[in-house]
Amino acid sequence: MSYTKRNDGRKFDETRPIEAKVGVIKNADGSAYFKIGKTVAYAAVYGPRGIHPKFLQNPKNGKLRCFYNMMPFSSMGERVRPGANRRAKEIAMVTEKALLPIIDLIEFPNSVVDVFIELPQTDAGTRCAGICAASMALADAGIPMKDMVASVSIGRVDDKLVVDLDYSEESYEDGTVADIPIAVISRTGEISLLQMDGKLSREDLKKAIEMAKQACSKIDKIQRDALKKKYEVKNE
Amino acid sequence: MNREQKDYILNFLEQGVRFDGRKLEEYRPIKVERGFSENAEGSAKVTIGNTEVLAGVKLSVDEPYPDTPDGGTMMINVELLPLSNPNFEPGPPGIQAIEIARVVDRGIRESESIDTKKLCIKKGEKVWSILVDICPINDDGNLFDASTLAVVAALQNTKFPSYNGNIVDYKKKTKESLPLRKLPVSCTVIKIDNYFIVDPTPEEEKKIDSRLTVEVEEDGTLCALQKGGDKPLTAEDIDKMVGIGIEKSKELRKFL
Repeated sequence: MSYTKRNDGRKFDETRPIEAKVGVIKNADGSAYFKIGKTVAYAAVYGPRGIHPKFLQNPKNGKLRCFYNMMPFSSMGERVRPGANRRAKEIAMVTEKALLPIIDLIEFPNSVVDVFIELPQTDAGTRCAGICAASMALADAGIPMKDMVASVSIGRVDDKLVVDLDYSEESYEDGTVADIPIAVISRTGEISLLQMDGKLSREDLKKAIEMAKQACSKIDKIQRDALKKKYEVKNE
Repeated sequence: MNREQKDYILNFLEQGVRFDGRKLEEYRPIKVERGFSENAEGSAKVTIGNTEVLAGVKLSVDEPYPDTPDGGTMMINVELLPLSNPNFEPGPPGIQAIEIARVVDRGIRESESIDTKKLCIKKGEKVWSILVDICPINDDGNLFDASTLAVVAALQNTKFPSYNGNIVDYKKKTKESLPLRKLPVSCTVIKIDNYFIVDPTPEEEKKIDSRLTVEVEEDGTLCALQKGGDKPLTAEDIDKMVGIGIEKSKELRKFL
């Protein structure tokens, strides 16, 4: 068996269509919308602001706090029970780690920057879409940043490595699947998110990281263009 | 809110306008967009000014409640997402979310919007259950009216998934819509001093003396009421507020 043609006809190194916007939530200090295929993520940034309870304060550095939530009606199939389950908490934690290297909160001791990621519609790749939206929202909020981060999941479907798994590929039944979400820091090419479930050879992992870098540089351009668009001067 | 801000809002009201330039009984621009989601069985996005609310409907096959063995069930839930307002915190729904959910629920239930008998698959064993979740994306005031509008529009947008008597196939949507009848519209009237306004912004919401949410059917029959705010109302106040609610509900109904 071999995965010769992708379910939706994409090339193996092609992401689904992407739509990105910033400044979509008026109340937030920074916000973004990131859609990849049918997966939609909103991110809102609030802060730097006071942190409660007070024992969480760090007098040496500002704190980053991320939250990840799927809306109850977001997935195909049964309603998702609201509230942070174990999965949501873990994703929030790895999202935090993916974003930490790109921001600099040294100027904001005892404060917190909150990042809220909400998914109104999901079709795999939600943590990656959330990280892409969050990176844009942090920039939109004017948080001091050293870099941007983009994220995509690489999959091994049967014998092929593919970029940006959708749900039909994630649940591919004619062979085995490995899902490898990766986040790449734009200028340095460093990896700030790496997870994997499934079986994978050391060689394939190398290739997967290379593919993620390629795809993320394309996503990075889309993110930057969306940010520039908000601050474009319109000559009329 | 401090005295200066209260005076600021009141000074405008004395001149017959709102601090944002609106008339007292004027809504901000309203937009209703149906079907933003392909995964939900029904969905709608409502914007009122800068307030933006999503509502999504999921359907499932469940056991009926023992007291209505031949009736489908409905549940309405509000998640006040911390993404939508700096004052909302993560965690289970607080009293504000519960109140909105219960008022919207009463409007739909008491107007008998849904013919629940038609949701019965097998008496006493299997019925369709309608689960509606309301998620604000940006809270710029008046979540009551925006939520009711979003829920009703999402119910109108709902299509049953296919069901073979055993399992629900969510990937296959049928062309069958929900058995809807009369639909409620919500109009929340605010009293500040002796002024009555509709569609409050958060600045005005912080300042209210009292609030009356009026849920109205098409013929003007009231189907749910909820008084809020710390100050009492006179019978005359209530009559006036209900009058405004019924009148404004005609405008809102055009979006259904």
